[in-house]
This record gives sequence, C-alpha cells and structure tokens, in this order.
Amino acid sequence: MTTDTTTQTPEAAAAPPPGVSPARTRATHSHRRLLTRRDRITLALMAGVPTLLHVALVWVTAIASIFLAFTTWDGIGFDSIKWVGLDNFTQLFNDNPQFWPAVQHNVIWFVVLILIPTPLGLFLAVQLDKRIRFSRVYQTALFLPVVISMACIGFVWQLVYNPDTGLINSIIGANKPGHYIDWIGDPHLNLWAILIAASWRHTGYMMILYLAGLKSVDPSLREAAALDGANEWQTFKSVIFPTLRPTNTVVLVVTIIEALRAFDLVFVFNKGAQGTELLSILVTNNIIGESSRIGYGSAIAVVLLAISLAVIIPYLIATFRKERRA
Amino acid sequence: MSSTTLPLKRRAPIRPARIVLHVFLAGTALAWLAPLLWAVFSALRPYSETSTKGYVSWPDKLTFENFTNAYQQSDMLHYFGNTLLIAVPAVLLTLVLSSCVAFYVSRFDFRLNLALLLVFTAGNLLPQQVIITPLYRLYLLTNLPGITASGKLYDSALGLVLIHVAFQSGFCAFVLSNYMRSLPHELTEAALVDGASVWRLYWQITLPLCKPAMAALATLLSIWIYNDFFWALVLISTGQNMPITSALNNLSGQYFTDPNLVAAGSLLTAIPTLVVYFALQRQFVSGLTLGSSKG
Repeated sequence: MTTDTTTQTPEAAAAPPPGVSPARTRATHSHRRLLTRRDRITLALMAGVPTLLHVALVWVTAIASIFLAFTTWDGIGFDSIKWVGLDNFTQLFNDNPQFWPAVQHNVIWFVVLILIPTPLGLFLAVQLDKRIRFSRVYQTALFLPVVISMACIGFVWQLVYNPDTGLINSIIGANKPGHYIDWIGDPHLNLWAILIAASWRHTGYMMILYLAGLKSVDPSLREAAALDGANEWQTFKSVIFPTLRPTNTVVLVVTIIEALRAFDLVFVFNKGAQGTELLSILVTNNIIGESSRIGYGSAIAVVLLAISLAVIIPYLIATFRKERRA
Repeated sequence: MSSTTLPLKRRAPIRPARIVLHVFLAGTALAWLAPLLWAVFSALRPYSETSTKGYVSWPDKLTFENFTNAYQQSDMLHYFGNTLLIAVPAVLLTLVLSSCVAFYVSRFDFRLNLALLLVFTAGNLLPQQVIITPLYRLYLLTNLPGITASGKLYDSALGLVLIHVAFQSGFCAFVLSNYMRSLPHELTEAALVDGASVWRLYWQITLPLCKPAMAALATLLSIWIYNDFFWALVLISTGQNMPITSALNNLSGQYFTDPNLVAAGSLLTAIPTLVVYFALQRQFVSGLTLGSSKG
C-alpha cells in the first residue's frame, strides 16, 4: 500500500502458507552439516542485511515512538528530552478537542468499509465468477481505482464534489448562491463524501480478493450442491461462503488496517480540517504543521500502534500457528 | 471465456437472468468509471468555456490544451524523473533483499526463521504514521555530507528509497517465502550435495524459479512506490525534490482556481500506473492475491 499509506495494500498477503512436510524437515537438518564456513557467512549476510534495515527503520522507530510518547522534546538536542510520564496521554485524552472525534472517525471509516464496499465487492465477485462474457472488461472498470494513487483519487473526487463547479451540485442545481451544498467544507457532510470516494476504491480491491478466493473453491462442491437441488442463494450461503473463510479473515484484517491507515484522501481533500479528523492526520500535523510537539505526536502514534497491534498480533499468531501445524 | 468453446457445458441460451446481470454489471462498471470520465471531460475543456457555460454543458470544443499546459507549467518531466530515481532502485533493492530473507527462512531450518518472518510481516502491517515521528527525527539527524544533495537523509531520494525498501520488504519476504516453500526441495538438495555454494543455490537455482512471483511483485511495487504520497510529503521538504505524486499536491495549490488544469495534471500523473496496469494486468492481480489465494 499506501504507499501506501493507504496506497499500500500489502496486507493482502495473508492466509496460511503451504505446510512443511516431515520429509522436508529431515532434509534441511542434513543440509546444515553440508554448509561450509563461507556458506554460513553468506547466509548470515543474506538474512542480516535486510533484517537490519527493516528493524532499524520500522521496529526501532516504532519502539522509539513509545519511548518518546512519555517525554517532551523540542527536537534540537538529545539533552532537551524530558520524561513527563503520562502527561502527553492525559492531555490527549482530556484536552485535545480533535482526539476523540478522530478516534470516532477511524471507527466510522472501518464500519462503513466493512458494511458497504466489502459485501458489494463480494457480490460483484460472485457475479463475475459465473463465466460471464466481458467479465474482464467489468473487472477492469471496477478495479481501475485501486491502481490510481489515493492523492489522484482525491483530486478526481474534488471535481465531483466542488460546490461551484462540481458534477453533483451542477446536476442537482445546488451551485447557486444560497443553495450551496458544500460537500467538502460542511463538517456534517465531508466525512461521508470522502467515505464514498474511499468505498469506490475499496470495492474493487475487495472484489479482486474475493475473486481469487472463489477461484480456489472446489468445483465439485458446486456440483454436489446443484445435484442436491440447492438454488443460487442456498449454494452461496451454505457451500461457497463457508469455504471463503480464509479470504474473509484477510478481508477483515485488510479493512481494519486500511481504516487505520486512511490518510492521503483526507489530506488532499481538506487536510483533515473540521469533520474529517483521523489519527493519522493528527500525527502528521504534528510533524509538518507549525507546532512540532514530538512527545505529543508520538502519544497519538502510540494509540494508533496499540490498536494496530491488537489486530496484527492475533492475526499473525493464527496464520503462523496454522503453518506450524500443517 | 465464452461458453460456446465448451460444448459439454451449458450452451448458455439467452436467459433473462443473464441479461439482467449484464445490464447490472455494465451499469455498475459505468458508474465506477464516471468520476474518471468526468475528470477527462473537464480536463478537455478550456477554463474560459466552463466558467461561462457551466460544467455540465455541451462542449463547444475539446482540446488537449489543459494537458499540455499542465505538463509544461508544472515541469512534470522533472518530477517524473524524481520518481524514477526513487522507484527503480527501491523496487530492485526490495526484490533482492526480500528474496534473500525468503530464501533463508524457507530453505533452511534455523530456529529463528518463524520469528524473523513474523517481524517482517508484522512490520509491513503497521500504519506508516506509527513510525513517522522518530523516523523524521532520525532522517534529520543522519548527516551524509557529499552523499546526498541535502547533506542528510532527510530531503533526499536515498532516504525515500531506504524507507520504501524497509517497509515493502515485509510484504515481499512473506510472499516469496511462501512461494519458495512450494518449490521441490530436491532441487537445491542435489546441488548442495554436489558441493554448490549457498549463493549458487539462491542465485542460479532458486531465483530463476521465482520469476513469476518476482514479476508480480515488481509490478505491484512499482505501482505502490509510484503512488506513494505520505513518505514524500513528510520526508522531502524541497518542492524540486518531490516525486510526481506529492508534487501534484503543490501544483494543485498553485492552480486551484482552474479545476480543468488540475484535472489534466492529476490525470497525467495517473497515466504511468494505468499503462503499467494494462500492460501487466495479470501480474498485478496475481501479485495482489499471491498471499491471500494460497490456502
């Protein structure tokens, strides 16, 4: 992804990897004895260099965030770092007018994505899976938004929502003074307007994940259901959907992470002003805004980290445990 | 695939249900393209015309003027160049490094394998904002006089390459290790017994077999890194150093009074990803589902 940020969607990787056979394990043990000293050094470098880079830039910084969240720092010299305990968090929870709305918006983001584009993507995938003509054309049209950058999507949708010149207001005649519907500026509307754009993109993504899941459904299951006289809905409900379980897990995790990562679209729309605050936006504003409060920004990041890990850890444990058992 | 090529299957007589389905899918597809088509339509009209006639109106003339203006006024070629300087090394390095890790964890039975893979996979799932504050400070503190133009990791292409590689290698290591695990073990075993070095096992035996997965990941990575907005927004301060996607944000600020020009500019930045997608559609989609379809 997002790049993901939001642009990033690497979470797609998931699902249980193929198992390790006992024969393989034995083979690898005998491998070890065959390794020369040089081989061992090569291997250490092959694993070490990427790990060092990844750990230094991703995990050390994540842990540094936790540490900095309990301090104040002006960022100039290391000696200006001062331990303040939970001060940043109490301020955040009690005095920041943007924090709770941001949490709420992140939750709304997730609820909307899981309730609208996800089932719609599943529905479209089921329809497209029916060996239908022009399937590729439909798929491409629906999937196109996933390929385009979130920033670009933001600009395209602004053309739709612009109060004066936008498509919607022009069509419904709300672009005259006194009749404005300010989709981007109105704090009661803008989050929903952005969520439509986000859902537009998410649907295609979900559709592709489900199409891949449907391809792996054993055709004999469908035949058996047909022989038993099940209609389309019954077949889907009792035969197809249960076999999509691994895909559903991936979809759930992807959607939660997307909701936590949401950033580009909002930033391009209105920089997270009134009505569209998100945790990611609050963190970023602390860096590129005028006031650089490092400890405070880190405290928000820690909240984001805690929510993310609450999703990531159980998911990975389940995924990797399956692999071990296999 | 049309059903006529499979004589044994249903011959698909024109059933009303199918027609309804086609109408529904065509309608949905069109609705999905509508915002993009609207952007194209706006971009093709001169500002002078839309400002007097309104945006929803029959066009007097359609021109590519906005596209050429956006291209020239914004020095777009320069920003495309910046993106290439970041994306090409980042994609290559990510593939090389993550395939090394994947080779290590999938072909050898060391105790730390699972933990290592967990670290990579989990790291890639974190939202970028979790790490940005310390990362930003780290980049400001890292002095590289003579190596980058800014003298620091901050505000340099190198800095962006490093964070892209670090972040994306999580996903690629996971996918590639799954892929390598599915390769028959006898291949490398025989070579090892014959005295081949570990490097040969990786470079000459394993990697060539991973070509399909590598191609899929390369496509995916190119599009993701090209589309990156966030890292460049925070870690690049000089407008001239920005890659195209975040440069667009500056441009739109400059030209926001002319939505047609902004439309043209944003569409131009989307063209490379669309070209890559249409040319390598199969790779792209298979890359996206490499992890999730394996069950």
